[in-house]
Amino acid sequence: MNTLLNKKKEPIDKLAAASGRSLGGEALRRMLRSPVAITGGAITGLFLLLAIFAPLLAPKDPLDRTLQDQVQLGRGIIPGSMPGYPLGVDDFGRDFLSRLIVGAQQTLLVGVLATVIGVLIGVLIGGIAGAFGGWVDTVLMRLVDVMLSFPSLLLAISIAALFANPSQWTVILAVSMVGVPIFARLLRGSMLVQRDADHVLAATSLGVKRGAIVFRHMLPNSLGPVIVQATLTLATSILEAAALSFLGLGDPDPSRAEWGLMLGKASRQFLDIRPELAYYPAIAIIIVALGFTLLGESLREALDPKNRR
Amino acid sequence: MFRFLVRRLLQAIPTLFILSILIFAWLRSLPGGPAAALLGDKATPEKIANLNHVLGLDQPIILQYFGFLGRAFTGDFGNSLVSTQPVMGEIITFLPATIELGLSAMIIAIVVGIPAGYLSARFRGGPVDNLVIVLSLIGVAVPVFFLGYMMQDLLASPLGLPSQGRQAAGLDATAITNFAILDGIMTGEWDAVWDAIKHLILPAFALATIPLAVITRITRASVLDVLNEDFVRTANSKGLTQQVVRTRHVLRNGLLPVVTTIGLQTGALLGGAVLTERVFNFRGLGFLLAEGIERRDYPRLQALLLFGAVVYVLVNMLVDVSYGIIDPRVRVR
Amino acid sequence: MALLEVRDLTVDFVRRGERPFTAVDKVSFDVEPGQTVGLVGESGCGKSVTSLAIMRLLARRGNKVSGSVRFEGTDLLTLSDRDMRDRRGRDLGMVFQDPLSSLNPVIPIGLQITEVLERHRGMSRKAASVEATDLLDKVGIPDPARRLSEYPHQLSGGMRQRALIAIALACRPRLLIADEPTTALDVTIQAQILALLRELVQDTGTALIMITHDLGVVAGLCDEVNVLYGGKIVERAERHQLFGEPRHPYTHGLLASIPRLDAGRGEKLVPIRGSVADNIPWDGGCAFAPRCPNALPVCREVSPQLVPDHGGLLRCHNPVRPAVVAGGGAR
Repeated sequence: MNTLLNKKKEPIDKLAAASGRSLGGEALRRMLRSPVAITGGAITGLFLLLAIFAPLLAPKDPLDRTLQDQVQLGRGIIPGSMPGYPLGVDDFGRDFLSRLIVGAQQTLLVGVLATVIGVLIGVLIGGIAGAFGGWVDTVLMRLVDVMLSFPSLLLAISIAALFANPSQWTVILAVSMVGVPIFARLLRGSMLVQRDADHVLAATSLGVKRGAIVFRHMLPNSLGPVIVQATLTLATSILEAAALSFLGLGDPDPSRAEWGLMLGKASRQFLDIRPELAYYPAIAIIIVALGFTLLGESLREALDPKNRR
Repeated sequence: MFRFLVRRLLQAIPTLFILSILIFAWLRSLPGGPAAALLGDKATPEKIANLNHVLGLDQPIILQYFGFLGRAFTGDFGNSLVSTQPVMGEIITFLPATIELGLSAMIIAIVVGIPAGYLSARFRGGPVDNLVIVLSLIGVAVPVFFLGYMMQDLLASPLGLPSQGRQAAGLDATAITNFAILDGIMTGEWDAVWDAIKHLILPAFALATIPLAVITRITRASVLDVLNEDFVRTANSKGLTQQVVRTRHVLRNGLLPVVTTIGLQTGALLGGAVLTERVFNFRGLGFLLAEGIERRDYPRLQALLLFGAVVYVLVNMLVDVSYGIIDPRVRVR
Repeated sequence: MALLEVRDLTVDFVRRGERPFTAVDKVSFDVEPGQTVGLVGESGCGKSVTSLAIMRLLARRGNKVSGSVRFEGTDLLTLSDRDMRDRRGRDLGMVFQDPLSSLNPVIPIGLQITEVLERHRGMSRKAASVEATDLLDKVGIPDPARRLSEYPHQLSGGMRQRALIAIALACRPRLLIADEPTTALDVTIQAQILALLRELVQDTGTALIMITHDLGVVAGLCDEVNVLYGGKIVERAERHQLFGEPRHPYTHGLLASIPRLDAGRGEKLVPIRGSVADNIPWDGGCAFAPRCPNALPVCREVSPQLVPDHGGLLRCHNPVRPAVVAGGGAR
């Protein structure tokens, strides 16, 4: 009789342990097994480290224009690799390597800020629309639809063009607007699905106030897709910012080191003289964008409840 | 069916309406005020006052808006600051170039993307799949304008392709429709046709990169989903040939999301065209826009931004409608 | 020679990084021409996998199938994919559980029938349409000509299942496999579909393998019944024998757990305790032992063999004696 009880306990314990695993924990486990996730995570991690410690890692001061007299744009000369300057100098005689390293910081800043602003505004709009429904929902979603009816680059261009004096901040703002409708749609969709979900109906019938329902029951469930999209948006934000810089809507301040800016300028002016000035920022952007995209996509796979067994 | 069409059309109207309001608001928010912006360098206080009157800026805002709307409908967007020609005329002249480029890019994206995505799904986990996944991920990570420059640098000479422009100076087709290829065919100028095609190749491929990557990925994901569906199992249980199962059952269902994606990717094309045309000096609307941005040519910007948005709305409406044609479940609504 | 001879059919599922799981464990049974055989068991016992293995519809990767499945003398498991495709639909037909997801949503019902006729009987589209109308009529769908151009989502659940049956029988296969064909339907429709199946197999002389977890379905339809547990057959008996004198404790438990209308008030329901998760693997004894009211110590050590018993087969160390049956069992 004892053996029977013990035998029963084991499988039941196993069952309990299996179902007790949180979605987040399981997701993490799944990601640690996926080469895509590991690659994406590694790239992202390295990039973050680089960005944070950039000023310490740069061998020279990125603003130091000591070698400026060696640069003769008129004759098409920008010195390349030489002792002390492994990657040569840029058009202002500054150490290119240092500029690249410090550029990580600015680039990260652009990506993160643009994404965060987009998320905050988008989630706000989508959340209100989803929580209230009715005509609030209709009006807000119409607005979102219109924003979505602009091809993303054209939308960014429109916003950026509104400012007489372009700067890093106008670029960030313009790019963030591209993300707003995406996050708004995402959150509203998630709220819509959950409004009819059993756990929400249960909470409502128990008398939980609407605000608490939204914040404690619905938003946490919407978090996953938002995080996934935010990761992907980070990548596209950097690319869109680079495009804006290329078109002339970027920060005109030559001292600012940001990969998109460097790429935009070099693509237009220095490709014949010193293509490396464009190649290196481009490769850096590609790798970072790839890293975030890999991370985001593998996150999406990992968080997909359909993959749960 | 017809009712469905009409309904979709009517749904687009409020969107276009709000769009017009936004463009109008945008115009009014331009630095220095709309008149100064529209006049640019040539602005003098009296010209500004004049334009203010023409634009009705001394009138209530509602009337201003309707004035704007009226002008928009008649195609009056003023003159370009750069070329001093009517903006509308510019658009008409250069639209065909962008259509040629955009269409070519979309065709490339579809013709390569869908089979690639299908094969990727069919041989999941195999070398083809892995290659396709990697390429499609890189495809969306590369800045389009940089890719354009790279192609110019590295591919133009080896492949014997022109790296700039739309038609070589002596070989341009007599302009009838401004569709270079069409014109060439119509007038029998075959060397011009071939020349125009050569000029299209590099920019079209550069432009196609992002839509290609996305279409490939969506096709792959969608086909994978469909391959696991019960009705595919039923189709196999009926002993149908692999060919029939593939076309009538797997693809017919698997390509549905791809249709929507194609619509969305025209947005990427419109944006990408601005960059690509600038890089390749391909004189189309994108080039006009890029030039307009650099020179703060607000009349041009206003018209082109509105145009781009309207086109995008219409294309997506078309996509919705065709979705209704291919998926019978949608028609019921 | 039987129409279908399944011998030692085994299906192992292999997933990367996990132990192989044996879903079907040396299952053997015969189906005679025109006979209706039932495969009964709870979810997870391997009955569906068995049918998919017979039809070779399991996924290309992730599983290993061994044993033999002789249909009219030919081992289906050794056929090339092309040869197997020739036989499916023409010699063997299958009806699935969920009629909505089992039909292609974007092509009309008519096409889903005519394509089988065109494929195996070489009919033209026109001739096939006529035949399809006839088939829909035979399965009891009203106004069949109009239905041909309708889409699956426009039909009710019952009609969809009828359509699936029509599709499966279109080329008059000698064997029909029905995998839980009524589980997804309303109770009243269930009875109709079962009656339809019975009528059709009688009219056409088609052999039928009926897969279900519902003993009620089995009672009205099957000549012979195989009870599966944990991937193995634990009892085989002719219909009356099974319901009159179930020998395996599992079968007995299944019958006893059916709620009865004529049970007295206060009479408790008799479930089988535990669940499929409580199984122990067959190599360590009898898989059912943890849940078995008749379990002996030997049941946890020695795996019982399938032996002839009272005209059928039984896999049990301590079967239910007829005298022990108290008030239970179907009548």
